Amino acid sequence: MKKTLSLTLALALSAGLLAGCGNSGNGSGENEERVVNVCSWGEYIDESLISQFEEETGITVNYQTVPSNEELYSILSMGGANYDVIVPSDYMISQLIEEDMLQPLDYEKIPNFSKIADRFKNLSYDPENLYTVPYAWGTLGIIYNSTMVEEPITSWDAMFDTQYADQVLMINNSRDALGIALIDLGYSVNTDSEEELQAAFDLLAQAKRDGVYQAWVMDEVFDKMEAGEAAIATYYAGDYLSMLENNPDLEFVIPEEGSNWFVDAMCILKDAENVDEAHEWINFMASTEASLKNMDYIWYASPNQEALEQYPEYYEETYGEPLDMELYEIMAAPQNVLENCEAYLVRPEATRALYNDLWTELGIIS
Amino acid sequence: MKTASVFRRLAMALVFLFLYAPILVLVVFSFNASNSRSVWTGFSLDWYAELFQDDMILSALYTTLTVSVLSAVIATVAGTFAAIGFYNMKKRWRGPLMTINNIPMVNADIVTGVSMCLFFVAAFGLWGQAAAWINDSLGTNLPETLYLGFGTMLVAHITFNIPYVILSIMPKLRQMDKNLVDAAQDLGCTWMQAFWKVVVPEIKPGIVNGLLIAFTMSVDDFVISYFTAGSSTANLAMRIYAMTKKRISPEVNAVSTLLFVTVLILLIIINVREARQEKAARRLHP
Amino acid sequence: MRQNKLSLFAAPYVLWMAVFVVIPILMVVVYAFTSASGGFTLDNFARIGSYAVVFTRSFKLAIIATLICLLIGYPISCFLAREGARFQRVALMLIMLPMWMNFLLRTYAWMSILENTGLLNRFFAAIGLFDLINGIFGTDLEYFKMINTQGAVVLGMVYNFLPFMILPIYSVIVKLDHRLIEAARDLGADSVTVFRRVTLPLSLPGVLSGVTMVFVPAVSTFAISQLLGGGQQLLLGNLIEMQFKGTAYNPQLGSAVALVMMVIVVICMTVMNRFGEGEEQAVVL
Repeated sequence: MKKTLSLTLALALSAGLLAGCGNSGNGSGENEERVVNVCSWGEYIDESLISQFEEETGITVNYQTVPSNEELYSILSMGGANYDVIVPSDYMISQLIEEDMLQPLDYEKIPNFSKIADRFKNLSYDPENLYTVPYAWGTLGIIYNSTMVEEPITSWDAMFDTQYADQVLMINNSRDALGIALIDLGYSVNTDSEEELQAAFDLLAQAKRDGVYQAWVMDEVFDKMEAGEAAIATYYAGDYLSMLENNPDLEFVIPEEGSNWFVDAMCILKDAENVDEAHEWINFMASTEASLKNMDYIWYASPNQEALEQYPEYYEETYGEPLDMELYEIMAAPQNVLENCEAYLVRPEATRALYNDLWTELGIIS
Repeated sequence: MKTASVFRRLAMALVFLFLYAPILVLVVFSFNASNSRSVWTGFSLDWYAELFQDDMILSALYTTLTVSVLSAVIATVAGTFAAIGFYNMKKRWRGPLMTINNIPMVNADIVTGVSMCLFFVAAFGLWGQAAAWINDSLGTNLPETLYLGFGTMLVAHITFNIPYVILSIMPKLRQMDKNLVDAAQDLGCTWMQAFWKVVVPEIKPGIVNGLLIAFTMSVDDFVISYFTAGSSTANLAMRIYAMTKKRISPEVNAVSTLLFVTVLILLIIINVREARQEKAARRLHP
Repeated sequence: MRQNKLSLFAAPYVLWMAVFVVIPILMVVVYAFTSASGGFTLDNFARIGSYAVVFTRSFKLAIIATLICLLIGYPISCFLAREGARFQRVALMLIMLPMWMNFLLRTYAWMSILENTGLLNRFFAAIGLFDLINGIFGTDLEYFKMINTQGAVVLGMVYNFLPFMILPIYSVIVKLDHRLIEAARDLGADSVTVFRRVTLPLSLPGVLSGVTMVFVPAVSTFAISQLLGGGQQLLLGNLIEMQFKGTAYNPQLGSAVALVMMVIVVICMTVMNRFGEGEEQAVVL
């Protein structure tokens, strides 16, 4: 009979587990340890900063990554994700604000916000700057392997050129992929015109049918470009600099047609459970010291004014050689380059639905 | 006759080559000095050293093992009872229930995963409303928002494991002499005693087999976990999938080499023991 | 009376199934007929028409993979069943062993093998294969394109699911009563007839469950096509995943695709099972 009892107990236990199942994602009880759930992009933080923060504050950081804004949005909308801090890009932030998924920040708890350069405050995605603290910014461009192409690449045309069939890696998210097609056609990346978007779609679809693309990738691009698997890819400037460390043949160019420039900013989700911890994390990441360290590791420019100014000096101190200013300008694009670049703005719902449909359709073309 | 058997062995050797080539690549490159996946740059154990400092991989490994052990044990217990119940049911009931039981096995993993994901999210929504209402009216402090996590992943694993357990126990029940239970009860057992002393020993091989299958299925599962584990929990498979989306670290090669060697040793031990037992049995009953 | 009491053992599990199997499937059905704003709609199904390519591609690749698995798996199972007991034991262990290593890793290893600058192409270059071909045909081949093709996806499917074909077929064949085959021989059947009239029909349940166990995961995979197809060969699994956790959020559409796929698979399986009475006999491991 004892065995029966223990079995019944085991069953009851399993039922108990079920009832408590939702709670296992870090709750915020008083006597539990303090945690913060952060969701960011891959290869987008110097991980030693996480341990540093954990040591300084005693807060455990649960650090997760997703590949793209669109995927982040899927996970958030599906429900069931318990992130506190996310780091979406500009246009996605507007969308999240619009859908009431973010909470206003308490800037008194983020004194380091004052160190953010003014030109990164009150940007169009958050005009009154109530929800965001910028994390990093940069540009989108073409990365190519100089040993695998005949002549330097200067235009987005290369991304659709059959001359490079099977040598091109296309970026695997709807906004960027359709965005560069729009730029190549001379349209605005923020168009709502169905014909223009359709034309961008046709350009991509034709190139895909012609076998231009070897693969559609996000962070897989690191491995493939470094190993010389592909000749040309579209990706972010900061990541180009990371790849350059492992493959000196790689070149980066912002094509003559212009490009996109973006800001990724830290926000706190509306239903975040660890709001205080989230503020502490944001404040920590916005500090000059952390920004410098992070910038050095991820090669994306920080919006922190002091960090931006001090970086060349910091580099020289750390590595004992001066920073190549050309690289610095790729990382932190100067004003004249930015003027040729357009930021993504959130599009109305109809356009967003069109993006999703065109994107799914693009996927099924063989 | 001879050439035929050489041909057979050759064919099998080719299949094994096919099955083991990628594993060989994984194992070899876990000892590579650089992080390249196709260029050998020298021998090193660095990736093993790094592995034991990588919290993400270690915690994923821990999650995998906990979920697998818990779900396999729970599913085996529940599945044993369910199998006995089904077996003793009238056919009219058993037929349809067995069909439902087979759904998670026959259905594509992605459909199971997606359906449970939708269900959990909806159930959490309902729970949120209920909890808010209870908190308001009774002043309690129930959590109002629940998240996908370890618990939901465990429930999903139990759900897809039970059918495998039932499947491996059913044939044993069918082989069992129906009169055994009656005989036991005629000899004075209560039906509970009959169950423990007669039925369970008879079907024990099926139970053990079911436990092993359930454990294997759990360890190997990616798709269902991917849809039910949410954002804060990840088993090894999910972690690896996330890594294939960026730079994969050879640490993962190291972890799988270790797993592979462990399983290999376990299987060898089991097989040697079985072979010995068989030999002993043959000696006893020649 | 006793019988009824024991049947109550199944009651908790029946409840469990109702909650965690039946209701979730119903949720998929409900979602499939719902619009984003929550009203009833057939729109999701109307849109599936434009994804017909994905359906045909998925089914085509899965059928090819299943056939290849069958063509390799059936003879191997027969060969295996003829070996000595110890050989069989070791071989079975070797077939099951890879399943304990994560399938994503094994698939990823194929990437290293098949890439343009991967191990196989390096090997070909090292033995001078490309020079030879270029010398003969005057081409300037530097590598064989293997990764990111439908062939690579099929290879990944065959690789991952082959054990699921071998094991059930083997376990049926090994139990075949040899006296039947001998009897057929004694009655004058040649080996082709023996196979066609005795071995094959008797092993059919194993074949059917093998086919099911290969076809279903193959038709719905999203990881294999993602890794070896380079995101170019979108399959049903990718389409569904994209709508739930991927780059085009639309769970209603995703549910509709999942539902249609499920229905097609169920129809296929039912039709197939008509051929053999494999019911409740599905052999696992």
